[in-house]
Amino acid sequence: MSAAHGDEELGIAAGEASAGTRPVAGARGPDLGDPLVECLLRLGDDRLILGHRLSEWCGHGPILEEDIALSNLALDLIGQAASLLRLAGEVEGRGRDEDALAYFRDGVQFRNCLLVEQPNGDFGVTMVRQFLFDAHSVLVWEALAAGGHPGLAAVAGKALKEDKYHLRHSSEWVVRLGDGTAESHARVQRALDDLWRFTGELFRRDAVDEAVAAHGIALDAAAIRPRWDAIVDDVLARATLVRPADAGMRHGGRTGRHTEHLGHLLATMQIVARSHPGAAW
Amino acid sequence: MSAGAIGGDSHWPLWEVFTQGNQGEPFEHAGSLHATDAEHALQNARDVYARRGEAVNLWVVPSSAITASAPGDAGPFFDPGNDKAYRHPQFYKVPRGVKVF
Repeated sequence: MSAAHGDEELGIAAGEASAGTRPVAGARGPDLGDPLVECLLRLGDDRLILGHRLSEWCGHGPILEEDIALSNLALDLIGQAASLLRLAGEVEGRGRDEDALAYFRDGVQFRNCLLVEQPNGDFGVTMVRQFLFDAHSVLVWEALAAGGHPGLAAVAGKALKEDKYHLRHSSEWVVRLGDGTAESHARVQRALDDLWRFTGELFRRDAVDEAVAAHGIALDAAAIRPRWDAIVDDVLARATLVRPADAGMRHGGRTGRHTEHLGHLLATMQIVARSHPGAAW
Repeated sequence: MSAGAIGGDSHWPLWEVFTQGNQGEPFEHAGSLHATDAEHALQNARDVYARRGEAVNLWVVPSSAITASAPGDAGPFFDPGNDKAYRHPQFYKVPRGVKVF
């Protein structure tokens, strides 16, 4: 994405960055390692982190039925993450399995986008975050399921079914809350305004994306973008929500430059595995 | 959607959920749940009653649409069927080779 879209590397645009968007570490070199491993980590980390965020709702859902639904989404995403990280570990060839990658990497080594690590907020924030992610994820899996990397295509085929349901669920809630009461409308519009700056990162391409094309992994952001726009515009229209302007887009997650929220999430997620390495239960 | 679709501030309407385990099998009552409307009820039913692959089809029915027999009707409704053995086809010899009937 060009500067005309108002992209800003995290931490550089200190004037515009709010307290919630400071990176947990300073700038690092462009050493991105094996592009295929990087690509798999990006896909896997997105789902691991979002899955963990959703698991934070367990026992706190607004009603019993939604509590179960949120846990279902979390389990789907964590299952996808396990498959993707296992694949990444195999390609990497350094003996790291999905558990090693999930629990024994630090924040700067995580490759998830900034959107998924943002805090749950209220239920409206969680559903808007989920919707923006699901709309993108479905299109990514569609492209990868038809792609030339056999291991990834198998994961994509299964995940596509799951994420189509996730999108249906989150879309319904965005419409329901947006076109609900004055209170619910105001809350989801605010959530949309707050989270929109993290959507630009979903469509950024870098050297990793170029390099993995050689492995049959062709994620054409230019082709995905208009379809994502169509899904989002349709749901926002039904929800009577106003689409925010593409200004002040934040990115950095793909190269390990995260918001402060990721560190807290990882501390909770990794503490048991790190306190009892190798434990089985 | 209007706020009027939601019955009261804290209580959503109750729905009965029926699941079909395999194509061609009868739908069976699985339980009930709360939801704001039919589509919402279908999604909740999927998450609550079909998340472990228990069903290939779902029905959701507003609980208010079901007319049920009352416990007080049990005597006149069901007892007369118990003492008339001739209502049951149990006086026939089962032909050889028939294993399921």
